[in-house]
Amino acid sequence: MSVPISSVGTAGAAPEHLGGRWAWLRRAPVVRQVRQSVGLQRGMLLAGIGLTTAFVLLAALAPLLAPYGPSQRSDAAGSFGTQQPPSAEHWFGTTVGGYDVLSRVIWGAQTAVLVVVVAVAASLVIGVLLGLVSGYFGGWLDRVLVLVADAIYAFPSLLLAILLAIVISGGQSSMWGGILAAALSITVVFIPQYFRVVRSEVVRVKSEAFVDAARVLGTPHRRIMTRHVLRNSVRTLPLIVTLNASEAILTLAGLGFLGFGIEPTAAAEWGYDLQRAVADVTSGIWWTAMFPGLAIVIAAMGMTLMGESLNDLADPRLRSRTASAEVAGDVAETSVQADTTKEDER
Amino acid sequence: MSEPVAQITDLAVSFATDQGSVRAVDGVSLQVAPGEVLAVVGESGSGKTVTAKTLLGLLPETATARGAVVLTSPQGVRTDVVQVSAARMRQLRGTEVAMVFQEPSTVLNPVYTVGWQIAESVRAHERISRRAARSRAVEALRQVGIPDPEERVDHYPHQFSGGQKQRVVIAMALVLGPDLIVADEPTTALDVTVQAEILDLLRRLRDETGTAIVLITHNMGVVADLADRVAVMYQGRLVEQAPVTELFADPQAEYTRALLGSVPRLGEGRVRAEARAAGRPDGWAESAPVVSATDLTITYPGRFRRPGFTAVDQVSLSIRPGEVLGLVGESGSGKTTIARAIAGLQPVSDGSLRVFGTEMRGARGKALAGVRPRLGFVFQDPAASFNPLLTIAECVAEPLVVHGRARSPEAARGRVDELLEAVQLPRSYGSRYPHELSGGQRQRASLARALALDPELLVADEPTSALDVSVQARVLELFAELQAELGFACLFVSHDLAVVDLLADRIAVLYRGRLVEEGPGSEVLDQPRDAYTRRLLASLPVPDPELQAERREALRSL
Repeated sequence: MSVPISSVGTAGAAPEHLGGRWAWLRRAPVVRQVRQSVGLQRGMLLAGIGLTTAFVLLAALAPLLAPYGPSQRSDAAGSFGTQQPPSAEHWFGTTVGGYDVLSRVIWGAQTAVLVVVVAVAASLVIGVLLGLVSGYFGGWLDRVLVLVADAIYAFPSLLLAILLAIVISGGQSSMWGGILAAALSITVVFIPQYFRVVRSEVVRVKSEAFVDAARVLGTPHRRIMTRHVLRNSVRTLPLIVTLNASEAILTLAGLGFLGFGIEPTAAAEWGYDLQRAVADVTSGIWWTAMFPGLAIVIAAMGMTLMGESLNDLADPRLRSRTASAEVAGDVAETSVQADTTKEDER
Repeated sequence: MSEPVAQITDLAVSFATDQGSVRAVDGVSLQVAPGEVLAVVGESGSGKTVTAKTLLGLLPETATARGAVVLTSPQGVRTDVVQVSAARMRQLRGTEVAMVFQEPSTVLNPVYTVGWQIAESVRAHERISRRAARSRAVEALRQVGIPDPEERVDHYPHQFSGGQKQRVVIAMALVLGPDLIVADEPTTALDVTVQAEILDLLRRLRDETGTAIVLITHNMGVVADLADRVAVMYQGRLVEQAPVTELFADPQAEYTRALLGSVPRLGEGRVRAEARAAGRPDGWAESAPVVSATDLTITYPGRFRRPGFTAVDQVSLSIRPGEVLGLVGESGSGKTTIARAIAGLQPVSDGSLRVFGTEMRGARGKALAGVRPRLGFVFQDPAASFNPLLTIAECVAEPLVVHGRARSPEAARGRVDELLEAVQLPRSYGSRYPHELSGGQRQRASLARALALDPELLVADEPTSALDVSVQARVLELFAELQAELGFACLFVSHDLAVVDLLADRIAVLYRGRLVEEGPGSEVLDQPRDAYTRRLLASLPVPDPELQAERREALRSL
């Protein structure tokens, strides 16, 4: 039985994690996808990243960038005046309430980012936890949770959000109260999404051989869940997070538009401004509606572009590659002769 | 010699991957004469399937091909598949060249009847009526030996057994009368007794219709059984090409010799088993067994008041300390179920199963805690049995950490290095991730993990069936060495009699959940008492064309 062939199959490709000073940077989540992408997909991804970064920067630097406060109606030179067209003092004009549109748009980015972060973080934590427990243990708990998730799905999500906004804020309108109310009402809509994705992944991973291997060892459930199942079940979450973030912006705008968002005196909110601008449109005042509207579209589009392209890149079947025009490349080592292996092993 | 039906000249194929271009086939030249069976053999990744798929123009978009692949029709029309348009290629498929795939159950569409599917391939090429197409389908089914074809033509794929499904797939390939059939591992997914039938069918079809067959396989026994000529591929190149008797009798290339040398043959393990038996202390036969099953029955519950499926039916067996029991059977015979029950992964329905004296029937967490550290398990698929996010060292350290022998994977590193060395993996591989290892290396790491706690019993569930034959030989040898050194008892599950014979002291044969025969290797293999064991033995193709021809006759008379 002694044969010169010893080791084998596709001999391990050079381990990526072993070399290079900047190796960690090249493997960082988004950077890796950018390097991987080509052509249109790369364009979409870069555009998405660019818009999203701009949106976040705008929010973070709002106090520096905005010429006036979100609820400011007058300065040293006196009142702004209502429905003023764009001018040197007010680049985007003023609203019917006498606010500066540019400042409202910039401060609105801050509100949107806060709501998105709180909403996504809360639904992520709760959804993943429920999905993990439900998928791993199964049984009646699983059945009940799936039923509840389905029931929430069946509700129109905006209606649910409105209901919760009323319950949580009870009509009061402080900045944080409003943001939390908006974020939590969005959370309830999102939890079922995370729950279902994580649960189905957990159910799949649970039957993998490496989980069986852990069970044979008598590994406690908690350790199996955290060490083996959870980490293998959350790979698709970053994609859902980016897609949900854009949905959260739209839901927030919807809430504001319907009057369940944040009061104008507490913080700036695009949906509210848009609603106040409805009457202006017919009288030829375009600036009050256009700028908040554009902000919503651009912010949501940036997130969606990023989410969609990350999604495509994660799937090898959807990922485009540059085909080589000529037959090229080396034959991969598929088998190693005994003598060379020995050397490797030393 | 008449003009070849297919001529491949200097073919090179590369694939665009995330890591840049990879060359799969490099400078391969082959030809297939009419009515000839050409076997292309090689391990996985050697480019044999890519070469065959090029014949049908089935390369994916990421592939780039160079060279010429010329198909010649009986009328003398030549077409170069590499250059041809997609529309012309579609005409050629089915009429001149057809394909038989590896996994018959995934090739057939479950929502259409098989007759519809066969007729569909006819109607794609010829304008004929539904009725005529259907009668062609019936004819094709009759040709491949499906009983009652008039009735079976309206059945759905799930109503056929695995072997019959493969016959249907072959009927689909044959219905348009192609000059060349490419069969990509046509019997790999089938049981060995069914494999013998399918090989017989292919041989008969070649004789009746004069169709040339390109047979892709890694099984040298299948090659010896069916092929006229053999092409051996290795790392994308053709290393040897010879008529079948010549290749087996006098292999020229170094690689071919190594490949033939690593094919397990019946009777090889006997010397080792006898040496082990001689070395046992007195009174060993009376010592308490590690595993003892009495009338062990395992049923899977049925749905909607249908009766459950009995996977294991009143099996009684025992494994004594330091003994290797080989469990052989076809798919669905219950061998994996028994292995999983011993490891506590599958509840026992009836009878008794005692592992280290602990009754497994109805046992729960606490009761099993005493059994677990004394038992190691090696899984079938080395790719799936490691957590992809942990390094090999962390995976191997897992049992040590769970059972409190080490506080953290880092603290266990010394023991892990020892274990990796015991299975002949370099220490540095500990910091690699599972996907960075080859199949054989992963299976060795899996062995290291199973041995981490110095178990008294090792359960190995088809540990080498996912590996190439050359790798399998190496892993089996390592297995035997470790067993001799550490002296653990072992349940070795496999569908391959030759592999089991290599390692086992005793062999147990399962058939449809029942234990049909059990005894020392020499007894079971030389004087099989049960009819099924005899059939199983006779169906096993041996890597020797002349011997195999004799065995084929013997099987026919059974």
